Amino acid sequence: MAEAKSMQAGEPTRRDMLFLATGALGAVGAIGLAVPFVRQLAPNAQTIAAGAPIEVDLAPIAEGQGIKLFWRGKLIFVRNRTKAEIEQAAKVNLASLPDPQADSERVKAGQEQWLVLYGSCTHLGCIPGGSAAGEVRGEFNGWFCPCHGSHYDTSGRIRKGPAPVNLPVPPYAFLSDSKIRIG
Amino acid sequence: MSGPSTYVPKLGIAKWLDARLPLPRLMHDSFVVYPVPRNLNYFWTFGGILMLMLVAQIITGVVLAMHYTPHSTMAFNSVESIMRDVEYGWLLRYMHANGASFFFIAVYLHIFRGLYYGSYKAPREVLWILGCIIFLLMMATAFMGYVLPWGQMSFWGATVITNLFSAIPLVGETIVTFLWGGYSVDNPTLTRFFSLHFLLPFMIFGVVILHVWALHVTGQNNPTGVEVKAVAKDTIPFTPYATIKDAFALVCFFAVFTYFIFYIPNYLGHADNYIQANPSVTPAHIVPEWYFLPFYAILRAVPDKLGGVLLMGAAVVILAFLPWLDTSRVRSMNYRPLARQCFWVFVVVCIMLGWLGSRPAEQPYVFLSQVFTALYFAYFLVALPLLGLFETPKKLPGSIAESVLGKLRGGSGSIVGTAATAEPNTKG
Repeated sequence: MAEAKSMQAGEPTRRDMLFLATGALGAVGAIGLAVPFVRQLAPNAQTIAAGAPIEVDLAPIAEGQGIKLFWRGKLIFVRNRTKAEIEQAAKVNLASLPDPQADSERVKAGQEQWLVLYGSCTHLGCIPGGSAAGEVRGEFNGWFCPCHGSHYDTSGRIRKGPAPVNLPVPPYAFLSDSKIRIG
Repeated sequence: MSGPSTYVPKLGIAKWLDARLPLPRLMHDSFVVYPVPRNLNYFWTFGGILMLMLVAQIITGVVLAMHYTPHSTMAFNSVESIMRDVEYGWLLRYMHANGASFFFIAVYLHIFRGLYYGSYKAPREVLWILGCIIFLLMMATAFMGYVLPWGQMSFWGATVITNLFSAIPLVGETIVTFLWGGYSVDNPTLTRFFSLHFLLPFMIFGVVILHVWALHVTGQNNPTGVEVKAVAKDTIPFTPYATIKDAFALVCFFAVFTYFIFYIPNYLGHADNYIQANPSVTPAHIVPEWYFLPFYAILRAVPDKLGGVLLMGAAVVILAFLPWLDTSRVRSMNYRPLARQCFWVFVVVCIMLGWLGSRPAEQPYVFLSQVFTALYFAYFLVALPLLGLFETPKKLPGSIAESVLGKLRGGSGSIVGTAATAEPNTKG
């Protein structure tokens, strides 16, 4: 009877209250349920653990040579740059770069010959050539990505092509003059 | 379009079932007495062909999954084992791999048919959009399926396509990490792609049911684009007329399909995919499967990463807006002299984009890709909106029957059932 009266008066009924309460709890439940289904997509504990820092011995890399190695499943380039390559990288007019960054910001002070980069093209993730002898280095003598034609210079900076930014520098530190730790 | 049901169950069990779950009635009304326009040409047979291709892909796919191992260290070898060790494994895999290509051949012809005869126009907008959704699901399914053999093209195709999402501002990198389940394409990526590759065909199947439902509400378009006016004169029953025509086209289509399976099973594939995935070396010349090449060319035409990704997405999504971009009230391009020329230019543009997508990212291909990308969008955004306003269409026939049988007989209404076998209009 009370319900019929309140319906006539246009006031909220007990059913309205139940509808809102059920709906609100259902919405909270749906969000809660979505969390595990989204979170399971993230890198799992094993994958994260496999991303621990690694040490790299630089001694065997002669001047002008480069090596490739994996860290966290991603390719890393380490290049021992020649004097000419360092000069070439340093004298560029920064205003002319698509992603302006000085060469000195991309290497460690006093270790300018060592360039350490993520080796995946910042466009769509192919591996640019230019690390090993005989590979095409592109118009700026650094790296060239064969997939969509991005040219990188001797500092790993994007100079021409569809890639939006420079090859990023991974976190690393010199343990000694001939050893670095990546990560 | 179909009137009241004419199904009359004869057997006792049929009557019993009809009162409880009238499934035979639904089938009878949808695929036996269902009226189809009498002038349909062979371009209308691809719907049935696509239905069978979907079923074929599901059957071969389920069987292949019994022998395949979704793990980055074992996937490649398990596919080789299917090819060498499993009895008839080579045949099942070649049917599945070439089946994907022929699925796309059929779907592209089906789409171009719709474009030419204006099948997307009112009242078939929902039917058309459902088709666009199926096309999108097909692309996702085909892409993920191509990753499963874990060859070089699988791996680098997956890398390039998943990296497309990194172009999204702010959250792009996070999305890509969640797609990969790691910091690069690796085993977690493979296992989730396998799971989704198994799921999506069944989702396609569901949308196909909606697609057919929507089709049976509005009825089929036809080469004249003139709606059915009198069911008795303008249409013929689905069975036997459309059934036998669909079946004949299907057999012809499968003759070509089986030629590929038996004689040139790797013609549409890439040799690089017979090399196991190697994350440290990108093949010098990576290209997607042929059916993605036009969209790949559009992606590469733009010198900006985000711009390229957006334009490639737009090239697919724009199809769904076609019912509102085309302003002409005349459906069939048989009666639209200017639009018809634009259509054939558009077909050439699509083929050229496909060819350019297979070329390396160098000049003059990049420039040509830009030109043809502009022409691709011009068809949707300039030609079709404007032509509807300026073009003078040819005179439409009074009815479907008139277009098939001539004005005199079509108007007289004295058509007997057997006249329905008259040569269909194959123009265009």
